[in-house]
Amino acid sequence: MAERKLLLDSTLDSVEVAETAVLTAAQEIGFPEDDLHQLGMAVRESMVNAVVHGNRYNARKKVHVSVTKDTDRLTIVIADEGDGFDPNIVPDPLAEENILRQSGRGLLLIRAFVDEFQVRPGQPRGTEVRMVKYLAKAS
Amino acid sequence: MSVKMSNRQVGDVTVVDATGRITLGEGATTFRDTIRDLAAKGSKKILVNLGDVSYIDSSGIGEMVSSFTTVTNHGGQLKLLGLNKRIKDLLQITKLYTVFEVFDDEASAVRSFA
Repeated sequence: MAERKLLLDSTLDSVEVAETAVLTAAQEIGFPEDDLHQLGMAVRESMVNAVVHGNRYNARKKVHVSVTKDTDRLTIVIADEGDGFDPNIVPDPLAEENILRQSGRGLLLIRAFVDEFQVRPGQPRGTEVRMVKYLAKAS
Repeated sequence: MSVKMSNRQVGDVTVVDATGRITLGEGATTFRDTIRDLAAKGSKKILVNLGDVSYIDSSGIGEMVSSFTTVTNHGGQLKLLGLNKRIKDLLQITKLYTVFEVFDDEASAVRSFA
């Protein structure tokens, strides 16, 4: 098991940094191309949530990223320093009345692209998301 | 690379060729501004060619939906052409296949506006 930690600014550039770090780790343990794309998108959506909705681009707030490699899986934890977030209040983007909404699809895509996804309050504040993708389940 | 968009006319259909990534920030903004500008100038039949678009995130999807609504509200139609498998998967996951008309070849897409 090898863990890499990143402490990133609340900017869109940090989205690219996190995505690159995760994809590098995923390549090292042998994820196929389609899974790399899915992991990259899940990380991108989570980072955008942390930077834009969590920290609201606040220069004094950081995004904490942890990437852990195991032989059969990659675990990514992304935590912001925002005011907290309840995923249950996000309108269902698949409901007929919401299908034409401009936003609200990020969590749907994350859930679709990783094997495990959890959202919980950060410590001491903010929101922490944990994502796991298994190599054994790679298509 | 962000997205680059250029327009060409095929009969009365405006084909918008997009190249690059449609993601939060410049890419999504460029996409939105291009389609809104066309709608404001009176284009009623808009075919967006995504054949050279490698990546779309949820913000890009949001701008596509918003553009669809804008064009529809102007009395026009917006359809999609040349989606790669990953973008098709995104439309399946988000159920937006029920919203967008999607084509694999340009001639069929252009004829569909008639």
